[in-house]
Amino acid sequence: MTMAEPRPLTAAHPAAAARPVYEIARLSKTYARNSLTALTDVNLTLHKGEFVSVVGSSGCGKSTLLKIMSGLLPPTTGRVVLEGKPVTGPRADIGMMFQQATLLPWKTTAENIVLPIEIREGRAAAKAALPRALDLLKLVGLGDFANVYPGELSGGMAQRASICRMLISNPAVLLLDEPFSALDELTRDFMNMELQRICAEQQSTAFLVTHSLAEAVILSDRILVMKPRPGRIVEEIVIDLPRPRTLEMINTPRFGQIVAHIRDLLGKEAFQ
Amino acid sequence: MTANPDPNVDTVWVEKVALIDQIPRWAAMLGLAVIVIAIWELATARMGWVSPIILPSPGETLDDLIFVGKNLLSGGYMLEALWTTTRTVFWAFVIAAGIGFSLGVLVGETKFGERAVMPYLVAIDTMPKVAFAPLFIAWLGFDIASKVALAAFIATFPIVVSTAAGLYAASENERMLFKSMGASRLQTLFRLKLPTGLPHIFTGLKIAAVGVMAGAITGEFLGGGQGFGALIRQSASQMDTPRVFALILYLSLLGLALFFAVAWLQKRLVFWNKADRPGGVG
Repeated sequence: MTMAEPRPLTAAHPAAAARPVYEIARLSKTYARNSLTALTDVNLTLHKGEFVSVVGSSGCGKSTLLKIMSGLLPPTTGRVVLEGKPVTGPRADIGMMFQQATLLPWKTTAENIVLPIEIREGRAAAKAALPRALDLLKLVGLGDFANVYPGELSGGMAQRASICRMLISNPAVLLLDEPFSALDELTRDFMNMELQRICAEQQSTAFLVTHSLAEAVILSDRILVMKPRPGRIVEEIVIDLPRPRTLEMINTPRFGQIVAHIRDLLGKEAFQ
Repeated sequence: MTANPDPNVDTVWVEKVALIDQIPRWAAMLGLAVIVIAIWELATARMGWVSPIILPSPGETLDDLIFVGKNLLSGGYMLEALWTTTRTVFWAFVIAAGIGFSLGVLVGETKFGERAVMPYLVAIDTMPKVAFAPLFIAWLGFDIASKVALAAFIATFPIVVSTAAGLYAASENERMLFKSMGASRLQTLFRLKLPTGLPHIFTGLKIAAVGVMAGAITGEFLGGGQGFGALIRQSASQMDTPRVFALILYLSLLGLALFFAVAWLQKRLVFWNKADRPGGVG
């Protein structure tokens, strides 16, 4: 039983048969300001319904990668293509979630969820989308909180509302920027299981940036390990734990082996 | 396990609250007023430590308060003076809010405003603004226009600064959210930055409310005319100290009214910000 050994990047994985959603090829990013190479030669394909995480120490370029994927930052060179169309700016079919829920305190939960519609298509369209917002709130277990202001939501509830805001425009890809890192550990575990359930129900294609190795392993089909100076993907690890994942799997030897392997890869420089 | 207290358990440690911290607000305020007035009475009417010309006794002041109050209620010349000052203060506040808010948005939202306009504003703000009063009188005459100008001039700067600061108050995450939704610059300004900055903007408006009062009265001291400030100066020049005290007290009601009008509006508009209660200065 040897597993989680370094595999070549071309390793076959279960999702490979599915339709590619997001394709990145030979991507690099150099900041002109300090001629720092944040990313070099990043190749990455997300397939329909796949959950991919990226882990790495601070400064390994994972935030830069996410910003480029979300259309907030232009790449220096390379192909960045979502659903067959190059990403040249923020798009309605990209759903984003941040560390903080960032709900506007002067809007009710439901109004916050339809905010992307309001910005893109105006107030009338936002109003028309309210029934769908209610459906999404029920999906995340916040059915009774549609007309409550965010000040009255707990941290976990606020992040669930921000999941709804991300899903309201039926995005082709979900980009998750350490979404639960500000929550306490128990809530975080629970939210990860919720996220898995929601992604499965919506058949979402998701890309997660995280600091937590356990979180990455429990959620992902594949994990990309990144290293800094210059930022690059050094290894791709296919997580072959069965789905649906449960929190009990954290205690299995297999789970421990995978986490230990990633920690080995990263540890040498993280503690230098 | 019941919540009933067990009579067999001795409570050994109970939190103690000092007596002075247990006094309710109304009693504390009333108590302090009684103490101050008692010392005041003692120092003036009873012991005569202080000359009545310097500090009138509480009784004399009360007499004048009643006299001025009657004049105000019967629509006498003092009411006319108060109305003049009220108009001055109102227009100065409206002008300061308009100009201050516009300049604040220019400074807080554009690089040009931040780089070119802000340094000049800071330079002007450091000048003693009252010194401009003779200029305003020379330009605008002895009517209320020159007083409005001085009061608005003094009150504009805190609104500029607080508006600009308010526009910076939205967090990096919130800006990124709006960017990722493809929001235009105007959408980000009106739907994120301005609402987020409202508590800051109201702080500036409250400081400005105090500023227009000071500006209007200073203008009336220096430029004469019909206002309450002119009445105060007149009474002071006649050594009528009780009258001065009475006039100042009524004038402070005008300032309070403006301040609480702003605070009320803030409570209405910034309903989500529970930390910022009206009456809290700043």
